[in-house]
Amino acid sequence: MISAENIEKSYGEVKALRGVSLEVKEGELFGLIGPDGAGKTSLIRILVTLLKPDKGSATVNQLDVVDDFRKLRKQIGYMPGRFSLYPDLSVEENMTFFATVFGTTIEENYHLVKDIYQQIEPFKERLAGRLSGGMKQKLALSCALIHAPKVLVLDEPTTGVDAVSRKEFWEMLKRLQKMGITILVSTPYMDEANLCDRVALIQDGNILTINTPERVTQNHESILWAVRSDNMYLCIRDLRKHPGVKTVFGFGEFLHITLRDNTISPTALEKYLKERCHTNIAINPIEPGIEDVFMDLMQKHDN
Amino acid sequence: MENENTVIRVRDLVKKFGQFVADDHLSFDVYKGEIFGFLGANGAGKTTAIRMLCGLLEPTSGELTVAGLDGFKQREAIKRRIGYMSQKFSLYEDLTVNENIRLFAGIYGIPTHIRKEKTEELLEKLELGSARKKLVRDLPLGWKQKLAFSLAIIHDPSIVFLDEPSGGVDPVTRRRFWDLIYEAAHEGITVFVTTHYMDEAEYCHRVAIMSAGKIVALDTPKALKKEWDATSMDGVFLKLARSNE
Repeated sequence: MISAENIEKSYGEVKALRGVSLEVKEGELFGLIGPDGAGKTSLIRILVTLLKPDKGSATVNQLDVVDDFRKLRKQIGYMPGRFSLYPDLSVEENMTFFATVFGTTIEENYHLVKDIYQQIEPFKERLAGRLSGGMKQKLALSCALIHAPKVLVLDEPTTGVDAVSRKEFWEMLKRLQKMGITILVSTPYMDEANLCDRVALIQDGNILTINTPERVTQNHESILWAVRSDNMYLCIRDLRKHPGVKTVFGFGEFLHITLRDNTISPTALEKYLKERCHTNIAINPIEPGIEDVFMDLMQKHDN
Repeated sequence: MENENTVIRVRDLVKKFGQFVADDHLSFDVYKGEIFGFLGANGAGKTTAIRMLCGLLEPTSGELTVAGLDGFKQREAIKRRIGYMSQKFSLYEDLTVNENIRLFAGIYGIPTHIRKEKTEELLEKLELGSARKKLVRDLPLGWKQKLAFSLAIIHDPSIVFLDEPSGGVDPVTRRRFWDLIYEAAHEGITVFVTTHYMDEAEYCHRVAIMSAGKIVALDTPKALKKEWDATSMDGVFLKLARSNE
């Protein structure tokens, strides 16, 4: 449904995209996952025809994002990262406006937005600028859907949103997917990867990997160990001093570490920590998560 | 539990705006060198509570002691004993790194004769020496966060408040930032942090969760996960933040 090939984009000296390729299948919920400045927004803006690539090409539903942009815009629903509705129009006026622009009416496609729009309908007289964050988001999503697009593209819809609202938002996306809409969504939250069918991890204008969330974590190469002791700060410091320890990162109540070519055994490492007065030491092998993989791929790419 | 290590002491703290009760009888202690997480959905009353703890807002009733100072009568003195950093407001983007350091050192009353030494120390620690004349707006986000945090503790405060400090950066940068937080706590600074990242809640020694103006849970992440039968803090939060609706 979406196909991008070798897309490059620069802003003056800054290279935002360094040859990005990806395919999103019809009916898929596809996640574009990476931190601020990774290139997510640039790629999305190219795919929704708002920005031209410097090099490479892309199609959405077989329409070229540069040559066929007028046709294509009718088939894409786009929810930008920043609230982009008219704050001085009411909820209902915003909806009517977007429906009219696309030559349709609220009634015609009401079934598509019903679930979401019903939650804000009691406030339909209110100016959009006066809605709470969660309600603005629901209105923006309703407006992006009102012309019955085949593809829905959302740029960081859950950034800065609390965990409860984030969960609700993903539930809404799953329901839209069931209605047959192909969805491309970007997010800086690594833990949201598991809610997607497939994900692309993106960093510094490069795609690090594309796969299902399960496969992404299965492909992690080194053995990962979870370590803890009573004083985590000193534990980090002492582990980093050890030549056999390759990486040390905090992960909640544990440290995740990898060892250099597995030269040192966990038992030896425990002894090393004991000698440095650590207490309640635990060292156990652990399954890697998306973040472990992201950091691993990121550092490999840098070298 | 209460002892000489108590840095923040809160008892039955209430804040009303007219009829609306934003914070409803909050009671908790925060100890020296502790990393204390403060979580809650949007609108739960977190920001109001933090503003009282920072001396920016007078409580309606209850007891509040911050760094040994009274939260009703000594609010100006509290402001000088704490540090504050948020993602939205921290550094001046159109000043250079050096100028930002000078500005914050001045605001926090660092004496002129040690200001230079402090500046060099800080630039070296953050490996920002070569960027000292750069405008802050041209720095990568991760560097900005580290600089903002270091400036929030430049006056060696008893407590530093971090209001959603580390959103948006890559996981490696985020962890380097948390290394700094661990270090500050190790040196005895109490860290009071709010975040939307539930995995960050797991870095805290103890976590309080607010819902509808009340503290609905307060314990170590490990104990909370056990009590609420969840594998992650995200699971705990979803159960608690909805329980009060």
